[in-house]
Amino acid sequence: MEQIRQVIKKFILENILFEDDENALDYDDSFIEKGIIDSTGVLELVNFIEEEFSVSVDDEEMIPENLDSVNKLAGFVNKKKEN
Amino acid sequence: MCGIAGIFNLHKDQEISIDNLRRMAAIINHRGPDGFGFYKDRRAGFAHARLSIIDLEGGWQPIHNEDKSIWITFNGEIFNYVELRDTLISRGHRFYTKSDTEVIVHLYEDHGVECLKYLNGQFAFAVWDKNNDKFFAARDRVGIRPLFYTFVNGSMIFASEIKSLFTDNRVKREIDPRALDQVFTFWMTISPRTAFKNILELPAGHYMVVEKGDCKIEKCWDLDFTPDVNERSEQEYAEELRELLIDSTKLRLRADVPVGAYLSGGIDSSVITALIKKHTNNPLRTFSVAFHDEVYDESKYQKEMIEYLNTDHSVIKCSYSDIGKVFPDVIWHTETPILRTAPAPLYMLSKLVRDNGYKVVLTGEGSDEVFAGYDIFKEVKVRKFMEMNPDSKFRSLILKRLYPYLANSPTKSLKFSEAFFKTDVSGYPAEFYSHIPRWNTTSKTKFFFSDRIKEELNGHRSTDELSSLLSDNIQKYDYMSQAQYLEIKTLLSNYLLSSQGDRMAMGNSVEGRFPFLDHRVIEFCCKLPPNLRMQTLTEKYILKKSMNKLLPESITKRTKQPYMAPDIKSFFSDGTIDYVDEMFSEGTLKEYDLFDVKRARRFLEKCRKGLAIGFKDNMAFVGILSSQLLHHRFIDQFPSYTLNEIDKTKEHIVEVA
Repeated sequence: MEQIRQVIKKFILENILFEDDENALDYDDSFIEKGIIDSTGVLELVNFIEEEFSVSVDDEEMIPENLDSVNKLAGFVNKKKEN
Repeated sequence: MCGIAGIFNLHKDQEISIDNLRRMAAIINHRGPDGFGFYKDRRAGFAHARLSIIDLEGGWQPIHNEDKSIWITFNGEIFNYVELRDTLISRGHRFYTKSDTEVIVHLYEDHGVECLKYLNGQFAFAVWDKNNDKFFAARDRVGIRPLFYTFVNGSMIFASEIKSLFTDNRVKREIDPRALDQVFTFWMTISPRTAFKNILELPAGHYMVVEKGDCKIEKCWDLDFTPDVNERSEQEYAEELRELLIDSTKLRLRADVPVGAYLSGGIDSSVITALIKKHTNNPLRTFSVAFHDEVYDESKYQKEMIEYLNTDHSVIKCSYSDIGKVFPDVIWHTETPILRTAPAPLYMLSKLVRDNGYKVVLTGEGSDEVFAGYDIFKEVKVRKFMEMNPDSKFRSLILKRLYPYLANSPTKSLKFSEAFFKTDVSGYPAEFYSHIPRWNTTSKTKFFFSDRIKEELNGHRSTDELSSLLSDNIQKYDYMSQAQYLEIKTLLSNYLLSSQGDRMAMGNSVEGRFPFLDHRVIEFCCKLPPNLRMQTLTEKYILKKSMNKLLPESITKRTKQPYMAPDIKSFFSDGTIDYVDEMFSEGTLKEYDLFDVKRARRFLEKCRKGLAIGFKDNMAFVGILSSQLLHHRFIDQFPSYTLNEIDKTKEHIVEVA
């Protein structure tokens, strides 16, 4: 789980925020509220976790409860991998 | 159609250099390659680069009145000049040319600045009225033709394009951070602001008068969405509209050279081409853009219309790298940063037109604005629908009706798009409701601004500046009309008709004409009941109704596809294009200091790897690249013209001591 969180955070810092500073993003920061992703940006995120963690995300699963922070996303990926 | 330029001494007589006028005209000779005309005395100097379309033999500008006390330099067309000329002759005026330009001189003699209301056309012009010591300049109602100006050492200098002003080396060339903020919010600058500090644009539907050194700008026309008191049946509206469009199209075929038409495969250009075919004797010659990438390509519908109307057609097929290749030239012509590559294929299209020996094309712009054709108008309806019952579990399903043509549709993830559509609009004037989600999304691209730009913008909000351009009446309109009003005042005038319209066509010496933007058509549509413009989520309802006998059902019933072109992909399909690496190099980014070096460079790598797919990334990339190119071409490497390069064999000069 911790490793998943790290990978996701690194992806967002490098590819969406273009930041080195680890403090630029907290694990619980809401992506929507912080303007990190918009409605098409979420597809970029989904694309990333599908490729990185070999999971498949259904349309119904693309909801803020699953995807809207590093912690939520990591928890979602973790659950997917267990199933 | 042409390029105009000039100098006006505000306070006192002063020598005006003919060579300065020559340089100003020469740098915009793509607007008028058929010859130059100059007039100068000690107060005013006018220049004109001519693209001859009406009165090919006569019609050299600047043009004067009977006693040569009034002079004009004119860019554009007055489509009702034949009728105006007859009236003026019957009132005793004597004409020495057959051109439309001369009509304005005599109309001005009779009516002063009120002459504008008689003109049906697309124009920008300057008049020097010597007897009254008055300078008068104007632009058409929706801003089809451009006019820029600036002040330097007691003179005002003006021109069709900014580059012309920059040939005067007293004029400073500097990118305006507030303009950058506007482009990265609205996709365009808000007149009078332009991309460059102290370079101003006369807003659409405005005129300027300079008297006794005092410069006044006044509005002479605005959209009026106040509902029609004399309401008619749907059928009557449809028939009235059809008659108006037939007349507007016929007027726009007036020329002494052959006239062609663009055919995109959408309903608007199909309407125009069908009207030409069915209601005029003009031999129909059509042109279109096709894309290698099927996402953007509309060839199927173009072919259908070509067969249906049996037109003589030429097509240019556009690849990713084609766009990448022409992009620096596109920015030389737009003279502003842009967030989309969509102008580039139109630049290629106008070249195709010119290469086929045509100088004039009719095109469908304006229809989406006046008949509520864009997605933004559907979005506003959908948001209002969802707000009627915010807790409904089912209302948000309507979002699925939006964007069927998008591969990466934002409505794929319904809950996320709900977040977009439920944007907080508090803190903005109520009349901005329709556009706030879009402006907010676009504004995310400002994330890349450098610290210097962010500091200069501290506390500034571009939406405040927009309010000054709008009519107070907007607050009284229904929400659909408010959305249309905003769209016309922003994107139509300062992006579609300029960056994507005038500048792309004139870049290859081609004049666009727009039957949907005849002011009679606009005024008619503004007065229509809103549900005849968009009925439920059917856009352009009344247009389809009025044209249903003229077009095949496959065209009137097809899913609307907005005109778009590939953005980021255009620059990385064949490896990276050299200038992209140069514009994103650490040195260039640091020197221009418009964007954060580290963020921009990392973003470039993301784009190179093909990882950038969202709207925001696409807009940001094209925005950064075009801003850098603008700085490069206009500030770093602005060309200096030597007078030897100017062809003096095609000059007509009038000098008055």
